[in-house]
Amino acid sequence: MSSTLEHDPRVIGERAGLRGVAAEYRRRLSHGDIGQLPVLVGLLVIGTIFQVASDGIFLNPFNLVNLTLQMAAGGTISVGIVLVLLLGEIDLSAGVVSGMCAAIMAIATVQLGIPSPAAVALGLVAGLAVGALHGVWITRFGIPSFVVTLAGLIAWQGGLLLVLGRTGTVNLRDPFITALAGTFFHGAAAYICVAVFIAYVAIGPLVDHRRRKAAGLAVPPLAFVAVRVIAAGAFSLVAVTVLNSDRGVSSGLLFLVGAVILMDFVLRRLRFGRMIYAIGGNAEAARRAGIPVQRVRAVVFMLASLFAAWGGILGASRLLAVNQSAGQGDVLLNAIAAAVIGGTSLFGGRGSVWAALLGIMVIQSISNGMDLLSLSSSIKFMITGGVLLSTVTIDAVLRRSRAKSAR
Amino acid sequence: MASSSAERTPLLELRGISKRFGAVQALTDARFDVFSDEVVALVGDNGAGKSTLIKIISGIYRADSGTFRWQGRDVSVGTPNDAAALGIATVYQDLALCDNLDVVANLFLGHELGTAGGPLGVIDELTMERRAVEVLRRLSVKIPSVRIPIASLSGGQRQSVAVARSVIAENKVVLLDEPTAALGVAQTREVLELIKSLRGQGLGVVLISHNLADVFAVADRITVLRLGRWVGTFDAKATSREQLIAYMTGAAAAEPAASAAGSDQAS
Repeated sequence: MSSTLEHDPRVIGERAGLRGVAAEYRRRLSHGDIGQLPVLVGLLVIGTIFQVASDGIFLNPFNLVNLTLQMAAGGTISVGIVLVLLLGEIDLSAGVVSGMCAAIMAIATVQLGIPSPAAVALGLVAGLAVGALHGVWITRFGIPSFVVTLAGLIAWQGGLLLVLGRTGTVNLRDPFITALAGTFFHGAAAYICVAVFIAYVAIGPLVDHRRRKAAGLAVPPLAFVAVRVIAAGAFSLVAVTVLNSDRGVSSGLLFLVGAVILMDFVLRRLRFGRMIYAIGGNAEAARRAGIPVQRVRAVVFMLASLFAAWGGILGASRLLAVNQSAGQGDVLLNAIAAAVIGGTSLFGGRGSVWAALLGIMVIQSISNGMDLLSLSSSIKFMITGGVLLSTVTIDAVLRRSRAKSAR
Repeated sequence: MASSSAERTPLLELRGISKRFGAVQALTDARFDVFSDEVVALVGDNGAGKSTLIKIISGIYRADSGTFRWQGRDVSVGTPNDAAALGIATVYQDLALCDNLDVVANLFLGHELGTAGGPLGVIDELTMERRAVEVLRRLSVKIPSVRIPIASLSGGQRQSVAVARSVIAENKVVLLDEPTAALGVAQTREVLELIKSLRGQGLGVVLISHNLADVFAVADRITVLRLGRWVGTFDAKATSREQLIAYMTGAAAAEPAASAAGSDQAS
């Protein structure tokens, strides 16, 4: 009777080793639990296509370093979008909020003469305040986040123009601000970063494995843990070696990966993260379980705007300027597309913050590759839209098959 | 069991409960009690006042008049939190589970074990999982794994998880609102077994059901409501299905003798 409990489907039954791991992945796929598989396959396809089409320029170290620089701002904004999507909500204002907060920082330091670290802090605080306003409005008045943040999208665009005033473009020369996204770590420093990354990816599962075994709970075979750790480790090691042969690992990339790791920890290990998933899965159940649904919602909108502000500041640091079109155009759409392409469900409750990193890698690879091929914007937009649509379709179709297989 | 309960103090004892909604007198002088180690079924036709009584017990409504006694003490229960603080859990028909979370996460939803610090505390998955396995095993709940999302469980398994949650939270009284209404034959049997093992754990179980076969399968005592009034509380073993239907429809009035022991020790 109770032996049924010991059979954990994460445990790959009798088959150990690589074949067991493959069987496990097949089982998950058949349940519609595809995780990050499509995005990894997508990256492989995109990389191959552009590498061939660009005569080997796409994957050369110089271009890959550029790619990491291009990813930092959008990826950081996308981290906030993932949080909001996990609740089953949306934040349409993230793009313009990133522009406005970058402008606040730029004006504060260039025109008001505030020390640059304080100006950066001011930009971040502005982001928090904007998010608090959205959050309170959404929870107090029960207005859908779509509407509130749509109003924000329009209003904060005005905020950006107001902050910039008559100045069309503010150039940033302050060394602290330009160093935010543009500091490079080569050689040993870069490898230390990889070591830290691999340690984060490896230590959690390995410690879990040992503790579970000691507690007499079902454990997945070590091979399963090992495959993931080795894959992530090998990828990051190769990536850093390639980046190292050019300028190295940029601080913008490190900030992005750092934000992802931080929020990954919050989402998977802290009660707050569990609350976010619970609300996204069934808000009424969460409320009855005593979770302060409205407070969590408000805090998540604050975090979303905070990440938007930080992304905007990293973007300004890379471009060395803030102008009237900061945070407009495709900034918001790329951030949402990245989250969705990375496997975050638009319906709430499913996905992880790694989606932001992987998704922005896809989006920026497409954009970067098409620039290399000097394709026109018209084609760029259409292809990016097509990629987004196909990933959302995959999500919706799998969701349906999952619901069917549930009974 | 019925005879011994006469000397014991009930976990929950309601007397003279009345509740009015505008022109509708939903409950008039109703009474209800449940002891530990027993299953009490609450039956009645539509509009008999079952839902109102359940909502008063679980704190969603406050009774207009009457006494609410918990383990012999007079208490005031006016909010769901009051009821939860006493140790009264209600499993509603919609179960209130998060489909995207696994069984362990659902069992501990809102009460995750781990380090202090409220929302910023680190969840102790290991202890939670161990306790989840232990409780599910104690209740003989059969699910493939405690780490699969609720979405991939059957209806009966979901019901079992929802019920097990009230055990994890160490409640004393569990109210089950039509737990078998949406289930097939085999799953219904599973849930009825679960109800019996809840009783075996020393809980007081209140079963609200339209299905008299289920009621007779697990209940020790049966409380009948009709048109907002308490008709009687009967020993399940000494009452026939026909008698029960007669009480529910008003075809027969309960003779005082039929009001079984335990229900009436106050008089």
